[in-house]
Amino acid sequence: MSFVQNIQKVLRQNIREYGMFIAMFIIMAIFTFTTKGMFISSRNISNLLNQTGYIAVLAVGMTLVIVIRHIDLSVGFLAGFLGAVAAIALVFWKLPVFVVIPLVLVLGVLAGLLTAMPVAQLGIPSFVASLAGWLIYRGALLLSTMSTGTIIIPDATFNAIGNGYIPDIPGLDFFLPKVHKLTLLLGVIAIILFIANEINARRKKQAYNFEVLPLDMFILKLVFVSLLLGGVTWVLAGYNGLSWTVVIVLVVVAIYHFVTTQTVLGRHIYAIGGNPEAAELSGINVKKLTYIVFGSMGMLSALSGILFTSRLQSATTTAGTLFELDAIAAAYVGGVSAAGGVGKVTGSIIGALVMMSLTSGMNLMSIDISLQYIVRGAVLVLAVIFDVTTRTRGK
Amino acid sequence: MTTPLLEMRNITKEFPGVKALNNVSFSVAEGEIHCLVGENGAGKSTLMKVLSGVYPYGEYSGDIIFGGEVQRFSGIRDSERVGIAIIYQELALVPELTVYENIFLGHEIRKGLVVDWNETIRRASQMLKKVRLDVNPATKVKDLGVGKQQLVEIAKALSRDVKLLILDEPTAALNEDDSANLLDLIRELKAHGVTCVLISHKLREVIAIADSVTVLRDGQTVCTLSAAKGEISEHVLIKHMVGREINNIYPPRERAYTDEVTLEVRNWHAYDPNLGRQILKDVNFHVRKGEIVGFAGLMGSGRTELALSIFGNPEGYHLQGELYVKGRKTTLHHPHDAIKAGIAYVTEDRKGNGLILIQDVKQNITLANLEEIARRGVVDGNAEVKVAEEYKTSLNIKTPTVEQKVSNLSGGNQQKVCVGKWLFVKPDILILDEPTRGIDVGAKYEIYTIMTRLVQQGLSILMISSELPEILGMSDRIYVVSSGRISGELPVEEASQEKIMHLATN
Repeated sequence: MSFVQNIQKVLRQNIREYGMFIAMFIIMAIFTFTTKGMFISSRNISNLLNQTGYIAVLAVGMTLVIVIRHIDLSVGFLAGFLGAVAAIALVFWKLPVFVVIPLVLVLGVLAGLLTAMPVAQLGIPSFVASLAGWLIYRGALLLSTMSTGTIIIPDATFNAIGNGYIPDIPGLDFFLPKVHKLTLLLGVIAIILFIANEINARRKKQAYNFEVLPLDMFILKLVFVSLLLGGVTWVLAGYNGLSWTVVIVLVVVAIYHFVTTQTVLGRHIYAIGGNPEAAELSGINVKKLTYIVFGSMGMLSALSGILFTSRLQSATTTAGTLFELDAIAAAYVGGVSAAGGVGKVTGSIIGALVMMSLTSGMNLMSIDISLQYIVRGAVLVLAVIFDVTTRTRGK
Repeated sequence: MTTPLLEMRNITKEFPGVKALNNVSFSVAEGEIHCLVGENGAGKSTLMKVLSGVYPYGEYSGDIIFGGEVQRFSGIRDSERVGIAIIYQELALVPELTVYENIFLGHEIRKGLVVDWNETIRRASQMLKKVRLDVNPATKVKDLGVGKQQLVEIAKALSRDVKLLILDEPTAALNEDDSANLLDLIRELKAHGVTCVLISHKLREVIAIADSVTVLRDGQTVCTLSAAKGEISEHVLIKHMVGREINNIYPPRERAYTDEVTLEVRNWHAYDPNLGRQILKDVNFHVRKGEIVGFAGLMGSGRTELALSIFGNPEGYHLQGELYVKGRKTTLHHPHDAIKAGIAYVTEDRKGNGLILIQDVKQNITLANLEEIARRGVVDGNAEVKVAEEYKTSLNIKTPTVEQKVSNLSGGNQQKVCVGKWLFVKPDILILDEPTRGIDVGAKYEIYTIMTRLVQQGLSILMISSELPEILGMSDRIYVVSSGRISGELPVEEASQEKIMHLATN
């Protein structure tokens, strides 16, 4: 088969997986063009990623919640409330950062389990249970900030989470003075690891005599992904390097991607989403997994709260407003199916990036906020239409 | 003789791959009670769906003549308009609405733009009197028992000036008293000029009430018998119902069972809190190593419920009694416990609760035993494919790759995936619930061959089946289940279709 035919075949078979990447490239290209390159500048991309962080971690958790056919509306104000708790613990209780962060994450898990309880035990729709949470945490946020209003956080370590960058390797100023060397190094390592991993997996598959991509397609994939990683690395290294936010998001995505694709736990979650009755009859404890998924959602809400509070360097009375809807939209744009059982963590991250790119690009173009909402709404519905049509038409 | 009210001539209805009705003729005289009997799958329900317009004109071939005119129904509304009403097994009432709202649902009495509730209630009360149901019309339907709900359904039909009332197994879910009441009511309606078609499995009822009986078998009319001529008796009905030639071939099999009992159930009772009634009563049975035990019975007799109550009780029945697995008394709280104890359950409803249709063959096969191919919670994807390939070969699952979604497979191959999934948990006791439902003859034979091989390897198989030839062809021993009880136990040498049907319809 010829090279072009191979490309066509691979694209057609994986249109759903690659469609989102293609859409993102198109959106980025359009904005780069309309803003005369401002969009793709190191500074803007770095900002864009940092702004996506607190929605991205929510979208990761929301993916699993939607996969098991539920929804969690409480996450936005839960994030806001737990951010305020973190601020109070730092400022008024004078607790050290390394106590505050685990404490808030544990509180998040507990809050998630609490949401799960009526859902798992009594079969109450998660929409209702989490709507109650939405109201309660909104009240809790107002209550905790009532006497003080906005709480300013002076702690430099905490604020670095949302604003800081990883340090550079010292003593290398003679070489590429304006470029972040550690970021560059990490990027190179990531590319090498990726290629090694891919080759390794391909060898294993061949050892079992399984079908693999044709060699030219395989090389094309390696080159493409390497260029992508390299490009992002170069752009980021050109500003301040990797931010702590991006590092945290990458770690979260890596863990969740691994759990959902490689582990028994992940497989059970997707089985429940695909057919809860069949999952139960296969010996899977649906109740227990509902607790686990909502517990993880709670923990990620706490993380989102920490990222946002740290980014603002303060806890405000309106923190977390509409986060839950942004996260849900990101998940749907990223190909998560409302019918359950389908959706990838990585897809949701791309979804979050697409939505944030739209905001960022339109801001740069000074498009009015009213039009921005309309455009984002249209993109959401188009993404879902694309998803549904390719799913029913596909194999 | 009076002219027929209804005549269905040469009705043929095909589903992909199956002829559900083959040239069926069915005629009902005005003012009679006409019973329609036949085994599960004989085509009774399909015939009634053709009549009521569920399968509209054009989806079947043949003529329907009702009230002297050829009818071409394009939907249920058309058949209702000429005066045909069907009451299904699963009642079609809205539980949260009141009795009077339900009776006039879809035919609301209007005064201008709004519903005239006073007139509605007045007319509903009249209807309730007609069916001798003494309840407040403002009661919500969900607060009534099944028997009373059925009467509400009849009242609903009567409110539309029904000429032909069709009842699909109306007494299946009723106790003795309610059943007797219902039959009395049907007789009374007959006296008021309502013609009635009754589908029933309970032959005694049929004999007691029918003016004539039509027997269907394998989608064809076998005969129509008349009570006036004294043609109806239990013996004759059973003979016509089961008189099917056994044309399925069963693989040859040697006796594989030993004396070792692997599964035993004693004094087993189950109460379903959702239905609010006892579903299993004092069930006792045992299965030996290497034995195929057939569970015969009619649909709704409680066989699936029995299987689920043993398999970790996922429906949350209230259970009483003792369960012994491999000689040890156990309690199983979740299917997970049952799997650990060595029991596997292949469901009768593979699409509903057996398979995950959006996932592929390999994921379905390994789902119930992922731990087997995982190390420290991480699934070995390559080992998974290997396992799936093994079952693909040994069960002859026809699929291009094990990465194919199971929704793209044929029924027979889906069933093999189900079987493979449950063999992968390495069970000692395999419960097969309607293992060959909806699959073609070739695939059936393959399933039988697999079963034969498994008992040779020392598995115990508990097979639930509504197909009598299959029960007779595959079992070593047969239990007959009727209304939640074991109504008989037969070694296969002593069993016959007639004997089983007799026990099942008791």
